[in-house]
Amino acid sequence: MTSNDTRGGAHHPLIELTLARLREFVREPEALFWSFLFPIVMTIAMAIAFPSRASQAVRVGVPSGAASDGLRKTLAADVGIALRDVPEGDELRELREGTVHVIVHPGDPPTYRFDPSRDESRVARLVVDNALKRAAGRADPWSAREDAVAIAGSRYVDWLIPGILGLGIMNNGMWSIGFMTVQARLRKLLKRLVASPMRKREFLMAPVLARLLFLTPEVAVPLLFGWLAFGMPIRGSVMSIAGVALIGALTFGAIGLLVGSRVRTFEAISGLMNLMSVPMWVLSGVFFSASNFPAVVQPVIQALPLTAFVDALRAVVLEGSTLTAVRGELMILATWMVLSFAIALRIFKWR
Amino acid sequence: MPLAVSCRELRKRYGDVIAVDGLSLDVHRGECFGLLGPNGAGKTTTIEILEGLLTPDTGDVEVLGLRWKTHERELRHRLGIQLQESQFTDKLTVEETLRLFRSFYAQGRSIDALLAMVELESKRRSWVVKLSGGQKQRLSIACALVGDPDLLFLDEPSTGLDPQSRRQLWSVLQTFRAGGGTIVLTTHYMDEAEVLCDRVAIVDHGRMIALDTPKALVSALAAPKMVVQEGTLEDVFMSLTGRHLRDE
Repeated sequence: MTSNDTRGGAHHPLIELTLARLREFVREPEALFWSFLFPIVMTIAMAIAFPSRASQAVRVGVPSGAASDGLRKTLAADVGIALRDVPEGDELRELREGTVHVIVHPGDPPTYRFDPSRDESRVARLVVDNALKRAAGRADPWSAREDAVAIAGSRYVDWLIPGILGLGIMNNGMWSIGFMTVQARLRKLLKRLVASPMRKREFLMAPVLARLLFLTPEVAVPLLFGWLAFGMPIRGSVMSIAGVALIGALTFGAIGLLVGSRVRTFEAISGLMNLMSVPMWVLSGVFFSASNFPAVVQPVIQALPLTAFVDALRAVVLEGSTLTAVRGELMILATWMVLSFAIALRIFKWR
Repeated sequence: MPLAVSCRELRKRYGDVIAVDGLSLDVHRGECFGLLGPNGAGKTTTIEILEGLLTPDTGDVEVLGLRWKTHERELRHRLGIQLQESQFTDKLTVEETLRLFRSFYAQGRSIDALLAMVELESKRRSWVVKLSGGQKQRLSIACALVGDPDLLFLDEPSTGLDPQSRRQLWSVLQTFRAGGGTIVLTTHYMDEAEVLCDRVAIVDHGRMIALDTPKALVSALAAPKMVVQEGTLEDVFMSLTGRHLRDE
């Protein structure tokens, strides 16, 4: 009955453990669907919410009624201005909602009503001011020659897509590994596995390796989508993009293991995962630049794994940087990866 | 040849509860040894200490002449273990599950031989989640036998099984013994102990209160009224541990 060939036809345990995780994942169609759809849905939503503003007219309001006729005529002549009438009681509401960015009251001189803390309102005020003063006969000392260039890759959507790609890899890595670990612990499967001669290290490495096999579509789908739908430039080589994505995926897989290393309930793992990931959604510059935060917190922000990952992805995708050029970010990721894995291996609860 | 299992003066406490209270026992090679007792008697704690999954507070354990502290890897390769509540991954097939466990052992049985042994050939490609309780239990036994162990630990192997599944399980275990294997099992079914075990220890409150062959225990301890109609191990169990119901 004893078969003499090593492992009786089974592969190396690390391969078998990885295959088991892969099978478990692909047999869960919803998980598969969301991990590929999430970055696309997110990109479309953000591209609709924040379109490229270069050619947009500023939105200017004037009070309804005949008193505004002169203003209306002057402002309507400027192609950079989209004009609308604002009834008297609605002024503050329309300003608040951004229907108009500035409201001009006729008078001598006219009054500009706007919120100076809003960028688009300050721009609208300048455009209006310029149009009105020119119409009133202002003579400009000179007109600068304009050298307009269109830089593909500098639009918000170009900047956003690598950020969302990074966010997706973080989420998929942390949540899938964290949840599967807690499930195996709850079902006492972990306890059964350590009762066998399985090596604990190999068990912990398997889900991280399994993640890597899904990495190619996970990276390719959002990048190709950005390229086809928005004309986002992909300047980096396949090698450097793959290299950064690989190190990022390994890092967040290891962090997922660490987060799930002692937890016994789904409620607790959800809470812990959110505690780890939500601050990075905000701080790591996925949706808006991390440089908006004050200088005191910058060292902390720069040390976060998602900041390093997103910065490195943007550099290789948009600027065509090499792996050597982003070695600082890669070192931060590698540090998180090694420490998380080593701590997870030490504190992991198998029962 | 060393004993299959030898332990002395095991003690394990959880807070105020003393789960195992100075328990000693020897299991011989080739023997089937049963640990009997009501729920909460300390059977599972005892067997998990022997399996190297729990460390006793005090006491001494030798398995196959080896100690957990110094020979864990060798022991893991030579033991087969079935745990009370472990569930395998729902969406792996029977064959994939067995292959996974098989990969951990350098030596062992072939997947085909194991499937034949536990009569799961027709379920080879079924997901674990689709198996009946009895089939899951047989898969669990097959995973315990995958490394061709010298010693098999089973914790309540037939709990929740219908009579046919139990008989099928018994025949698998009898085949294993016929090949020279040693078994340590816990159960609270007296008929199972009588059929399978060479010797049984009755455990209550973490202590051993009786140890002998099922037959000797019956003739010595079954209540006198059972003399006419021959006594069973069930009567012995009841007279030793009391008749009141216990909750876990």
